[in-house]
Amino acid sequence: MTRAWRILSANPLTLAGVVLVALVVLVALLADLLAPFPTHRGAVVDFVNFNKPPDATFWMGTDLVGRDLFSRILFAYRISLMLGVVVLAIAVPVGVVLGLMAGYLGGWWEFALMRLTDVFLSVPPLVLAMSIMGVLEPTLTNGMLAVTAMWWPWYTRLVYNIVRGEKVEGYVLAAEVIGAGSAHIMFREILPNCLPAIVTKMTLDFGFVILIVSSLSFLGLGVQPPTPDLGSMVAEGARYLPDSWWLAVFPGLAILIAVFGFNLIGDGLRDILGADR
Amino acid sequence: MKRFGIIAKRIGTALLVLVGVSMLIFAVARVIPGDPARVALGPNATAEAVASLRAALRLDEPIVVQYWHYMVDLARGDLGVSLYTNRPVTTDIAEFLPATLELIVLAGVMMVAIGLPLGIIAARHRGRWPDHLVRVVSLLGVSAPSFVWAVVLMLIFAFWLQWFPIASRLDDDFDIARVTGFLLIDTVLAGNWAAFVDALRHLILPAFAIALSGIGQAARLTRANMIETYDRPYIEMAQAYGFSPGRIARVWAFKPSLIPSLTIIGLDFAAMLGSAFLVESVFGWPGISRYGVQVILRKDLNAIVGTVLIIAALFIIVNIIVDLLTAVLNPRIRLAEAGR
Repeated sequence: MTRAWRILSANPLTLAGVVLVALVVLVALLADLLAPFPTHRGAVVDFVNFNKPPDATFWMGTDLVGRDLFSRILFAYRISLMLGVVVLAIAVPVGVVLGLMAGYLGGWWEFALMRLTDVFLSVPPLVLAMSIMGVLEPTLTNGMLAVTAMWWPWYTRLVYNIVRGEKVEGYVLAAEVIGAGSAHIMFREILPNCLPAIVTKMTLDFGFVILIVSSLSFLGLGVQPPTPDLGSMVAEGARYLPDSWWLAVFPGLAILIAVFGFNLIGDGLRDILGADR
Repeated sequence: MKRFGIIAKRIGTALLVLVGVSMLIFAVARVIPGDPARVALGPNATAEAVASLRAALRLDEPIVVQYWHYMVDLARGDLGVSLYTNRPVTTDIAEFLPATLELIVLAGVMMVAIGLPLGIIAARHRGRWPDHLVRVVSLLGVSAPSFVWAVVLMLIFAFWLQWFPIASRLDDDFDIARVTGFLLIDTVLAGNWAAFVDALRHLILPAFAIALSGIGQAARLTRANMIETYDRPYIEMAQAYGFSPGRIARVWAFKPSLIPSLTIIGLDFAAMLGSAFLVESVFGWPGISRYGVQVILRKDLNAIVGTVLIIAALFIIVNIIVDLLTAVLNPRIRLAEAGR
């Protein structure tokens, strides 16, 4: 604990990232308690207070049907974070296992798996997710599916490149000589050496998943109303520029704060763990 | 001769990948729940009309047969007819693609012209405030989706300061003959300088919104590579000879750092095509991305497959060019490739 603190205090920007992320996670978890108007997460209409600029009651103004923007942003954070967790929880294990196989087993596995990742990585990520969402019904589950489908190849490629370097190292040869099985060598010998790079990438990716998911809903292909989502809030607000500027600016800032936090941590981790080299 | 072989091999792999992409996107587009023919014709169409459209689209045949027919047509340069515009998909793409390319090329220029110098400054002042500032600025650039930057830039520079126009590619007052579809070229061909300036002013905000994340990445990468180069003995020797820090940075540290940066620019091209989808919809830019969103929302099969294929092909071509350029620039990569 003290060691972690020493490292963090030597990296003020990383510390700032930890604080930002902790803050975002906290407000998302406690949204029910913190939101001034918890009912505004759903389909509520308040025509007395519609389209109001920020003031003492509505800190970030209200939307076109009179819902408190601040309350909705807190609940939107909850959705974004949940999507981030689910997407990475599926994509990372799949990508890592395939990367280990392609890198260590080589031969036919390597050819088939790496050409498959090439195919996935040749379509811009957002375009692939959009095409999948376009043909599926735009629901939360399908959104997760679409984003997961485009995420695993990055981990396959990352792990593959590390494994190719590791598998000629002495400790791997030693394990082979004493007759360890492929599974043992892949998961118990090589995998621990890939972890720093994987953890760093996951931290950065958590932010990028939030970006992609908000981009999908910005295009109307993601989370559907009345569920609060940062991307669709910006999309709606963009139609009412410049007069109702708060509609687009505050949800946009909310995305920026969360992703910036994750990026600061990931960037710091890269330096601390030396995952690049 | 050896180099020719490498190029041929690279193009061969690319073609294989492209075929894979076509299978992937074709499979995705054909699992549509609901009937695309019904969606295209609307709820009032007769059952016969829907059936004949299904037959025309070969929707009743097995997917493998459908794919085969599609590839045969593709080999003849025919991507089918869009159900949304009722025109050949190739015509649509030819009309909308240049607007997007123009945007992305300018974004790429901005990325290099701003990102590389920022990285050099950060590396030269490593660990001091310019370095931290560049770090924060580049992380901020990648931390918001391009549509948020688009909204913010539009609000500040188009609505409040009114330095730039709000939407579209050109003022309606100008009438420029379409030759290449690239307005910056067409206006020059027409000899209309006022229109050229106007087109450029329309381009700047959306291009910058697309470029922002790339600028950050280019700066970070250049910094990391420069710092690595600074540790090399030949830099130490140059320092020992007493060359000025500015000259050392420009002449000996920068060039080797350029090569990895070039690779990332190729990869960022994909991210930019994705960003274009978001930025075009904010600025009402009549490009391929806006078309793409429209056809996806309308479940327009031929147009979806055609658009994604073209975008993937573009991406692959750019990366081949980048690979070849790096090979030309870096003798070691060239030799390593030839030795394989």
